[in-house]
Parts: sequence; structure tokens; C-alpha cells
Amino acid sequence: MNLALKDIRHGLFRFVLTCFGLGLLMTVVLAMIGIYNGLVSDALAVVKAPAADVWVVEAGTKGPFAEASSIPADTRNAVARMPGVAEAGAVNYQNVEAPHGGRTLRLYVVGYEPGRPGGPRAIAEGRGIGASHFEMVADRKTGLSPGETIRLGRNRFTVVGLVEGAMNSGGDPAVYVTLADAMALQTELDPAAQRVQTARGAVSVKSASVAAVIARMAPGADVDLLAATVRQWKHLAAMTQGEQEELLLASVVDKARRQIGLFLGILLSVSAVVIALIIYTMTMEKLKQIATLKLIGAPDRAIVALIVQQALILGASGWGIGLILILTVKDYFPRRVVLEPFNVMVLAGIIAAVCLLSSALGVRAAMKVDPATALGS
Amino acid sequence: MALGDTLIAVSGVAKHFGEGETRVDALRALDLTVRAGEVIALLGPSGSGKTTLLNIIGCILAPSSGRVMLDGEPVFDGRWLRRDLRRLRLDKIGFIFQAHNLLPFLTAEENVAVVLDLAKRPADEGRARARELLDYLEVGHRAKVKPALLSGGEAQRVAIARALANRPRIILADEPTAALDSARAGLVMDLLRKLAVEQEACIVIVTHDEKIFDRFDRLIHLRDGRLADA
Repeated sequence: MNLALKDIRHGLFRFVLTCFGLGLLMTVVLAMIGIYNGLVSDALAVVKAPAADVWVVEAGTKGPFAEASSIPADTRNAVARMPGVAEAGAVNYQNVEAPHGGRTLRLYVVGYEPGRPGGPRAIAEGRGIGASHFEMVADRKTGLSPGETIRLGRNRFTVVGLVEGAMNSGGDPAVYVTLADAMALQTELDPAAQRVQTARGAVSVKSASVAAVIARMAPGADVDLLAATVRQWKHLAAMTQGEQEELLLASVVDKARRQIGLFLGILLSVSAVVIALIIYTMTMEKLKQIATLKLIGAPDRAIVALIVQQALILGASGWGIGLILILTVKDYFPRRVVLEPFNVMVLAGIIAAVCLLSSALGVRAAMKVDPATALGS
Repeated sequence: MALGDTLIAVSGVAKHFGEGETRVDALRALDLTVRAGEVIALLGPSGSGKTTLLNIIGCILAPSSGRVMLDGEPVFDGRWLRRDLRRLRLDKIGFIFQAHNLLPFLTAEENVAVVLDLAKRPADEGRARARELLDYLEVGHRAKVKPALLSGGEAQRVAIARALANRPRIILADEPTAALDSARAGLVMDLLRKLAVEQEACIVIVTHDEKIFDRFDRLIHLRDGRLADA
């Protein structure tokens, strides 16, 4: 006879309500874990997309994500000719706000040279850029569809394909355009502003600089050697892919990451206290029954099982409800919520540990109960 | 009525609480013997030591000195002679409470069967024994009902069934008829007497209920921790 289950069935509505409350708390915990992971994942998405081995940027900067970087566009040719380099491509990054469908889209525009490194990793729908100008591949989160057009700067671009999971560290969805279009978007002035500049006698010179050049190495080539060689050029700096990712996490998203991490820690502590309180209260309410069980001869293990099993069922139910809820609502969050099976299992382990520790408090109280108290009226 | 073996033998049992000026002597060198088939009442004013004696016989409270023997087995002689007192209670002693203390999350049948379950007996045996006892006590038709839906009399009979489930030879009861009217109190006492004879058990009842005094074999009066009359 399982006394824990019998007791749960007896007060099923109350127990389910408690589980649901705990489940909501677990939803928040899982959401925070997901937001934390999403922040890291988003930050790395744009760095990982080109599948680069080496990033060549402006000397003295930590570009192109942590700091602004500007290098001559023809650096790409110089890098491409270096020993061990399989292919190289120039890239440009900028944020724009574009009106579309009655709202303003904040986009992260990536300019790249089609056929060279720097473009989207995989097209989820439609096709890649085929024309030299005014085509774009957009992340699905922009809400754009293939065939739609959108004005960026002075030109209207047609969406030809969609990608997934491409965004910057701020969570702005990425759109890919040709490097030429991206450079024009960066430098071309509004017609009125252009007229003023012309009247002032300013000469319009189109910039021939890019944010970075990325290189992919031939199999077996030494990445560190290439980086070291590039650094010998006084106007350039080089970072390996690993260094670039580390830099991004250590500087760009570090504060946000720590902020969420700390909040997550507080949330877990609060959850632990709440679980402990629930389990302790559940036990306290049963002290008379526990005294009766002791009086009629129930061994300690039967009483411990009653408390521990209920604590674990409560924890498991709360965890399960939390998981179902967060999986249901996670796509409605404005930024990505990334839940890895490992995180979910670690949380399950933490909850199990908290439940066991909390039930230890209840077990301690139950062990102290004098069976004689059952004899009183 | 022919009496059987000595089931409770208490000799020179004393119990005090506190020390020095705060010392209270609840029992003073008390001797008591109860034999199989006997139904006895412990009487006395509040603070006379009735409940203390019941708790000592029930192995819930350790005496300060003296010896206790239950069903032929010495269990206390200056100290407990068995470590597993709960197992001793499970095997030898049945308790009936004033407030019946049925577990609210179990049905009447389960409240009885739980004793056998705790004693690691097969579930079928527990259920069968519970049905047998509940039928015998004329509450078999309420077997699947939770205690909250039982009347006072029904609940008390289920509590008696629980006390008897493991066939104990010593039954201790604390005011078992306090919540019952005269007719039901009489029925419960008749039942306990019948069980004492059939199961060769002894029954010790703490009571103030004068309407059932004539149902006992002996009335043990306690006063200031001593036997006042027997």
C-alpha cells in the first residue's frame, strides 16, 4: 500500500494546484535558462555563420563585432593569396531601421560577396542571392517572405530567400545583401543631404573599405601561422574563429549574460525555498497522522517514504508542467529561448536534490513526533 | 470466566518528570498484572497517572524504574530490552483512541489493512482480514468509505478493527466510548469483551465513563501515581 499516493489522491485538487503553482515557477526558471542560452547562441550566430577560420580586421581594434573596424576592400585579395588560405571574402555589418508594412523593422544588414565566405550558412526557403544588386536573403524572424520587397536606404530590395537563426548579439534579425549594396547603403546620402554637400563643394567619394575579411583555410593549413603573418602588416589585425567567439562572449554580451546568470541564481534559490516550504508545510499538516502511524507500529522507513515520495512527485510534476508550458510559449518570446536537453536534465537534478533536502527537514520533524500525541483527543 | 496467561506484568514501575523542585511523580512503585481474557478499567482523577501507565504498557514511554513484561517477554528492566519497540507494538499491541485517529486518506478497509501492510503481510491477506473484521463489527458495508463520511460509531468500530487486525494479545484503549451514546458504548464494550475471550487477549481501558463501569472485570483506581483500590 503506497501511503504517499493514497494521501495525494485524497487531496488531489489541492496537490494538483500546488504542482501547477510550482510548475509556473519552474516555467520562469526554464525561461531564464532559455533566455540565457538564447543570448549566447544569438551572439555567436552571426560569428559562426560564415564558418571562418581567421578574421582580418583593422589594427588596434577588436572588430567587427566588439568594435568598429574598417579596412581596405582589396585586403581580401591580399589575404586570399596568402599560403594556406583556401578562400577569402570581405564582409560589412550595419544596423538599419526600415519601414515595412506599417511598422519599422530593425535589421542587421550583412554585406558579403556571393560565392565567397561571409554569406548565410544554409538557405531554408527560396534561393541565395543571384543578382549583383537589390536582392536579399532574410532571416525568417524578420517576418519577410520570398518575393516581398523592402526599402533599405535609397533602394528597394527583393527578398529571394530565407534563413533561420541569423541575428546579431542584440537579437536583431539579419538580412544578407551583396557587399556592393551594403557599402552603398552605408555611404549614400539622402538626396536632400547630397544636394547640400554638392553645394558646399564636397566631393562624393564612395568608400572602398569593409569591416573585415574572413578566410577559410585549406585542409591541414596552420591557422595560427596565418594570423601571425597578417599581424605583421601594421594596419591589420587577425583573430582566429575561437578568439572572435571568446571576444564576443567576454565583451559584447558579458554584462547581459552575467545579469541573467545572477537573476537565474536568485530565481533558483527562491524556487528552492518555496519547494522546501511547501514540503515542510505538507509534512507539518500530517504530524498527527504520522504519530498514529508510529503508534500502530509503522517503521521509520514507511514514514520517510511517505514524505520523500510526495516531495519527489511534487518536484517531478512541477518540473514536467514547467517544461510543457515553456515549450508551448517559448516561440512567443521576442528573443530566442534555447533549451538544451542538458539544461533541462540539470534542472531536474537540482529540483530532485532540493526536494530531497527539503524532505529531510520534514523527515526530521516527523522523526521527532512522539507517538503518544496520537493518544490525545 | 477462566483466565489465561499473564499478558501484562508491571512491577515496581515508577515514573517521574523533571528533577528537584519541579519533579512530579506520575507513578510510584506500581504493580499490576493483567491476564488473557480480562477487561480492566483504569480509573482516577486527572493527573493520577492513568495515561502514563497506559503509555508505559504501550512501550511509548520509558519508566524511570521497574520492570515490564508483555505476553511473557520482558521488555523493560531499568532500560528497554528491545530496540525495535514499534515492531513490538505492531506484533503485540492494539490501540484504540478516543478520537479513533483513522488515517483520513485511507478507506475504512485500508485503515484496517494498513497494519498488516506495515507488518509486510501480503496485500490479499490484509484485505481479507480487514473485510472479516469489518463484517464482524457490522461495518463491512462501509468498507470503501473514507473516515470523514463515517458516523462516530462506525469510525470507532473501524478503529477497533484496526486495533485487532494483527491479532494482538494486548489491547489498550483511551476513552473509547467517550464520543458514543450509552447504547453504542454498551455495544462497543460487549464487543471488546467478546474479542478478549475469543482471541485470548486482555484489554486495558482508561475511562471516566461511569455508564460502562459494570462491563469490566476489574476497576483499577489510581490516585497520585499509586493503586488506590483494585
